[in-house]
Amino acid sequence: MAANTETMTINMGPQHPSTHGVLQLILELDGEIVVKATPHIGFLHRGIEKLSEHRTYHQTIPLTDRLDYLAPMSNNLGYVLAVEKLLGITDEIPERVQRIRVIMAELTRLKSHLVWLACHALDIGAMTVFLYCFRERECITDIYEKVSGARMTSNYFRVGGLAEDLPDGLEGDIRDFVESMPAHIEEYEGLLTGNKIWQKRTIGVGEISAEAAIDIGITGPALRASGVDWDLRRDNPYSGYEDYDFDVPVREGCDTFDRYKVRLDEMRQSTRIILQALDKLKPGPILADCPKVVLPAKQDVVNNIESLIHHFKIVTEGFKTEPGEIYQGVEAPKGELGFYLVADGSAYPFRMKIRPPSFVNLQGLPQMVEGKLLADVIAVIGTLDIVLGEIDR
Amino acid sequence: MVMTPEVLTLSETPWLFTGVMLVKIAVAFVVTLLIVAYATYAERKTIGRMQTRMGPTMTGPKGLLQPIADGLKLFFKEDIIPAQSHWAAFILAPMMILAPAFISIAVIPFGGDLHFNYDGVLYAVPMQITDLNIGLLFIIAMAGLGVYGIVLAGLASNSKYALLGGIRSTAQMISYELAVGLSIVVIFMLSETLSLRGIVAAQQLPLWGLESVSYIPNWYIFCQPLAFGLFVIGSMAEINRTPFDLPEAETELVSGFCTEYSAMKYALFFMAEYANMITVSAVATTLFLGGWGGPFYGWINFLLKVFAFMFFFIWIRATFPRLRYDQLMFLGWKIMLPLALVNIVLTGIAILLW
Amino acid sequence: MSDQAIVEKLKAKFSSEVLNVVEFRGETTVTVNKEQIVEICTFMRDKFGFNLLCDLCGVDYMGTSPRFMVVYNLYNIATKKRIRIKAPVEEKNANIDTVSTVWGTANWHERECWDLMGIKFNNHPDLRRILMPADWEGHPLRKDYPVQGPDREPYQGRLS
Repeated sequence: MAANTETMTINMGPQHPSTHGVLQLILELDGEIVVKATPHIGFLHRGIEKLSEHRTYHQTIPLTDRLDYLAPMSNNLGYVLAVEKLLGITDEIPERVQRIRVIMAELTRLKSHLVWLACHALDIGAMTVFLYCFRERECITDIYEKVSGARMTSNYFRVGGLAEDLPDGLEGDIRDFVESMPAHIEEYEGLLTGNKIWQKRTIGVGEISAEAAIDIGITGPALRASGVDWDLRRDNPYSGYEDYDFDVPVREGCDTFDRYKVRLDEMRQSTRIILQALDKLKPGPILADCPKVVLPAKQDVVNNIESLIHHFKIVTEGFKTEPGEIYQGVEAPKGELGFYLVADGSAYPFRMKIRPPSFVNLQGLPQMVEGKLLADVIAVIGTLDIVLGEIDR
Repeated sequence: MVMTPEVLTLSETPWLFTGVMLVKIAVAFVVTLLIVAYATYAERKTIGRMQTRMGPTMTGPKGLLQPIADGLKLFFKEDIIPAQSHWAAFILAPMMILAPAFISIAVIPFGGDLHFNYDGVLYAVPMQITDLNIGLLFIIAMAGLGVYGIVLAGLASNSKYALLGGIRSTAQMISYELAVGLSIVVIFMLSETLSLRGIVAAQQLPLWGLESVSYIPNWYIFCQPLAFGLFVIGSMAEINRTPFDLPEAETELVSGFCTEYSAMKYALFFMAEYANMITVSAVATTLFLGGWGGPFYGWINFLLKVFAFMFFFIWIRATFPRLRYDQLMFLGWKIMLPLALVNIVLTGIAILLW
Repeated sequence: MSDQAIVEKLKAKFSSEVLNVVEFRGETTVTVNKEQIVEICTFMRDKFGFNLLCDLCGVDYMGTSPRFMVVYNLYNIATKKRIRIKAPVEEKNANIDTVSTVWGTANWHERECWDLMGIKFNNHPDLRRILMPADWEGHPLRKDYPVQGPDREPYQGRLS
């Protein structure tokens, strides 16, 4: 007699402890085996692209903080680079600005990867790593607070420069923190890498081949763990990344464990980049010399009539750009973050399309989990490192 | 003149016997409850320290009143019974989990005999609620009963997550009960008794009966380290502690079989988990670590060993990630079960040869 | 291969399809007819190695004809080159063939474009709304869609 079996549909999310926000997954289960996984997104849609069409270029910067809220400075960086490219002032950005941008972007990568590791480990059941990672992340949010006044939504970069120079003594703080970081990474590895249960839960889980990953558009550490040696910081350098000596970790395993190793190695490389940038950091201006575009320094506004006029015009009207369209991609912690800007000559972006890495990476989820166990879904969601603020925009 | 103590019996001194029994039950129950309450506190403090946190600090001095505050809070919360659930089974389930956890304590010896004079007669009272001659079987039976509560909770909740949790835990407990049961068979073979009192007595002798090393007691951990390992791992799985906490894997099944429970019923599940932890520690102490034998006075040894075990369980929780369902089954059926069987055969051969 | 060479070869192969080539800030944008977009994209992928579709989106040029533009940002992982292809889409007949057969990643991008811009993708395997609720009316990123949402007064600034 044939048994009458049917699959069970289970609704994972949008309220679920490990969907990293408001992701909804409709899972069709045969016992504990996933037959079909359908992601539903959009619960956090705030219409950032639509809003940006009604704001001046400067007013859009705070919106970008809210994309990937775990890596706000990377989003800031991608956006300001895009606007600078649109304006054609990429070459006029002062060296100090570029160095500070790199330092902050790499700190952001550390910050984002720390949250990723924390949540990934917690999802698989290793609670201690979660708290260890948040201990270090706290130091980075402290640095954030010192430079920008905010711990998460930094809004620190400006078109043509930075909002403020680094406060006194912060370089030393950053250096102390970054120098202590490799030891902390060893600590996480000590808890996880050699752990038999961790290996069993991650090796061979969520495999995706290089061809499939490129086809589905996966970028960033997830692609590099599938053996594709591609990093925008090295291959299409921006903000002076060509000056630094760093390796791009690549592994061939295509699975969750290798994605974990790649990200940990990336954290080590980030510390290298930050230390080099700190060494090369020299005093200098923090704003480009483009008075039509860049907000003048505050002391000039009160002392100098031209600066006052520029300040007034830029703040009230914004600055105008040439009509045209550009695409700027940066290597955000989660993959390629792209800004496609269409300008019509007014002070507002005519169209801003954000290419969020998490959105594209999430598309690979069904491929990676179908035919696997329910527990693997959790591991794969963790390893994809998604942030719903960025997916839903 | 040394008087030989008389053993209390129900037929000769019924009132005295009943009184003493009630006192023993009350003491054992209250002490277990206290340990349950403070095990949660100890777990939070210990794991907190391991994770560079403080743990509870605000309620009472050093947070010592935290378990009581938690209990009060859960007691006064709204007790929700989902409309689509089977209410009778839903209410019964937590009780069915908690009761077996406590009942097992009844056969565990906490210490040596207490002697007291009554009416000019010296009586000896064993520090054990009752010495069943099939004590160990009784414990295994009670552990088997616990699974019904979880299955019932999973089914009665009428929730998919709870159902998955229930199914997981049934499979898990059945497979690991087998391994645990087989791993302790060697203890019966060595001690030739099922009475826990007898097992403890057998462990007071010098190691392997050798007079030359009489300072080492004959604890079964020394001659059966494999059985000890299997028992500890297996019982961790049976009481759903990390890394075997799949039935209530928070990040996968929300809260597993107790997803739909709230208020006091949830607290009962919570207490059952810790009561089970105490039972398992107590059984392991009795079977492998010589029960109440040791350098200090009877029950102090016993409690120290139990606490050491509980600390070990907590420590494991702070260290290990969670296994996957298929890996858990693999470990249970393909590694632990054969090892336990091999251990039985080897022990049998050893006993024959000696 | 330089961008010019690519454009020349593309023009040679699809001479009637290439409408316009623009270079701005070092980025090349090729505007092509929408009829043979799948062939053009396959050609770009196979011939020039543009194996990664970075981004696909719609742009609404309200008031001009054709009203919409579907934009494909391509990337070649081997040579690290970018190129952009655009295809105009009429308002009346707002559809274009799907390229999700060329790059799997186009699947969600096209769903998003349909959801927010209202451009239909023919032969798409699963054309549903993705960000907005399934029963939403209208396409929010169109220029005639009010920023404050439907049925609401525009924001007038603070009243006090």
